[in-house]
Amino acid sequence: MSIFSSKKSWIQLTIWVLIIALIIAAPTLLPVFRLNLLGRYLSLAIVALGVDLIWGFTGMLSLGQGIFFALGGYCTAMFLQLNSSEEFPNGIPEFFGLYGVEKLPFFWEPFKSSIFTLISIWLLPAIISALLGYLVFRNRIKGVYFSILTQAALLVFFNFFNGQQKLINGTNGLKTDVTQLFGQMVGSEIMQRWFFWISAVLVILAWFFARWIVRDRFGNILIGIRDDEARVRFTGYNPVIFKTIIFSIAGGLAGISGALYTVQSGIVSPQFMTVPFSIEMVVWVAVGGRGTLLGAILGAVFINYAKSLVSEALPASWMFIQGGLFILVVTALPEGVLGWFRKGGLKKLLFLIGINKKLETYPGLEVNEQGEVKS
Amino acid sequence: MQLFLESLFNGVAIGSVLLVAALGLAIVFGLMGVINLAHGELMMLGAYSTYITQLIFKQVSFLKPFYDSYVIVAIGIAFLVSGTVGVLLERTVIRRLYGSPLETLLATWGVSLILQQFVRSVPLAYASGLVVALFLGLFSPLFISDYLLSGAKGKLIRACTWGFSALVGVATGGILSSLVSKLSRASARNVDVTAPSWMRGGIDFVGITFPKTRLLIILITVISVLVVIFFLDKTAWGMRIRAVTQNRPMSDCLGISTETVDIITFGIGSGLAGVAGVAVSLLGSVGPNVGGNYIVGCFMVVVLGGVGNLLGTILASFSIGIMTDLIGAGRLLTIWPDMPSPIASTIDFFATTSMARVMIFALIVIFLQFRPTGMFPQKGRMVES
Repeated sequence: MSIFSSKKSWIQLTIWVLIIALIIAAPTLLPVFRLNLLGRYLSLAIVALGVDLIWGFTGMLSLGQGIFFALGGYCTAMFLQLNSSEEFPNGIPEFFGLYGVEKLPFFWEPFKSSIFTLISIWLLPAIISALLGYLVFRNRIKGVYFSILTQAALLVFFNFFNGQQKLINGTNGLKTDVTQLFGQMVGSEIMQRWFFWISAVLVILAWFFARWIVRDRFGNILIGIRDDEARVRFTGYNPVIFKTIIFSIAGGLAGISGALYTVQSGIVSPQFMTVPFSIEMVVWVAVGGRGTLLGAILGAVFINYAKSLVSEALPASWMFIQGGLFILVVTALPEGVLGWFRKGGLKKLLFLIGINKKLETYPGLEVNEQGEVKS
Repeated sequence: MQLFLESLFNGVAIGSVLLVAALGLAIVFGLMGVINLAHGELMMLGAYSTYITQLIFKQVSFLKPFYDSYVIVAIGIAFLVSGTVGVLLERTVIRRLYGSPLETLLATWGVSLILQQFVRSVPLAYASGLVVALFLGLFSPLFISDYLLSGAKGKLIRACTWGFSALVGVATGGILSSLVSKLSRASARNVDVTAPSWMRGGIDFVGITFPKTRLLIILITVISVLVVIFFLDKTAWGMRIRAVTQNRPMSDCLGISTETVDIITFGIGSGLAGVAGVAVSLLGSVGPNVGGNYIVGCFMVVVLGGVGNLLGTILASFSIGIMTDLIGAGRLLTIWPDMPSPIASTIDFFATTSMARVMIFALIVIFLQFRPTGMFPQKGRMVES
């Protein structure tokens, strides 16, 4: 078996075994509250992977991933609400009664089916992102224009969901933690444990999926679009198709992420579609290292953990820290932390503070202490 | 007719706030290809400057007789405050990120977060002291002869100006906080700017009441636009700005200091955000998040109007303003009461401010299908790359 022949493979295997063991054991190691938080952050890592695919690899900065994230969440929440609304008047979710709605709006109907919900969680955001993306990419709108348009689209969706009380409970959102699934409360401890495991497994699957996408020729074209779109077009490829596909994939990932986040946080509301939240998704990727898929996952988990820890201790300072982190990463570490490590950043740092005196030179050139090339 | 006039006036009023806010954004975007996500927060600083000016005029005895004219003073102060912060932003962050507009977008978002939290957690008196210090520190070297600033003694003199500015800033902060007690404590609560007596009420004309605040905002906008057009078209620096906007490397080769052009443009763009902030403060209460309500509208104006063309910006903001009013207030229904019921119910569905935004965004996306680079696209070989 050639996979296990080299030393590197053994290290990799050990790491995987450790990760799986940690995931299985996490519910016993962590208190319920922390486990729930970790599960949420793992689900956020999936949307970060999508952001990395479109921004890190394809060079399109979308500030509207919150749309697809929230859509995934709403699909789940609608199913859960319908699933546990038999005892309410008219057999429809309770909040409709507040607004005097007696008949279920038509678009709720299909969410009575669990299979439809499972498919729509990723397919619906994927279709909407593909449509939006196609309309934008077709006109060669790119760069900053694209970012602004996605942000505006985000605001539009926010306004729509926020204003429509009679359709989807408007600004209050849909609660999921008191709904029933498989005869259990969604907010119960057992269910939360399962959601944690599902999130962890899905992060790993999404990571493999993203790696599979960017590894081959498809990934090369994405990187080509990022670096010089005009040249890709002149070589005979149509960037529009590739951009639409990858934007749609990112949308689908965002939908899955939103669904998992919703069941673990217990509510989906238009707050998922606010501008800051969508930009935060970009920050996780920027800090972790764009163009490195692992960086996106680590960035999402660690920054969110840091956020919860800092906000518990000093609520006011998180905005300062986040803003500072933004500026610092963009100006000083454009590759992100992981990218910086991979490019030998640690060596440079050691050299800067004077621990490591060795100079890096071209092979065959030796440098003396004054920095001159020895003959 | 009356209805038409009223609708037109409301649309123009909404559009003029958008225009003065988007003007700075559009100039900066045209010149540097940079979208400044902190633009809304610069507006917020302008709005807070109005509030502070108002309080100072109310509390300080020798300024009290002139209380009614504080709005006019506030426009100048807001321009200076936002302009100073803008210049600082350009010097420290944006010029490091040349040629990477997306990174600039993210960095300016970071700046906007810091500014928002800053007005929440720093007492306004000391915040204004800091701005005074920055203003003196950044601009006082301009008034010292180049001979003094060169060489080793130059560094010392620069350090001295900064030290002096810091002292003045601390003094300003201290004086302000002792004079005006409201400014001495940090607060996250929204504040209100009260309009002076001559601005309250409205003017009656052919049976319609035009609110005076709205008229003043339209006036501010008209003056700002005229000044900007004059500056860009008739002055030497304006010509340089236009040259760099058209072709940066060539202007650089011909001896235009593109660095100075960037600073001036960014300063003016930010200053205009401050002026917009004054207008915003007259319309509603002022809080740390006030900029966010307007910023996306400004982006839409820039996208719709196209880059580097003031006419596009003006037309785009007025058309967005008029559309907002037409759709959001459901005016089409009052103009044409007996339209077929399916259309009527659709229009009724969109007849709120938030749903009007939904409609307008859809219309803009449709418009961009036909004119992808806005109403007045830039022409030339540089545009594509």
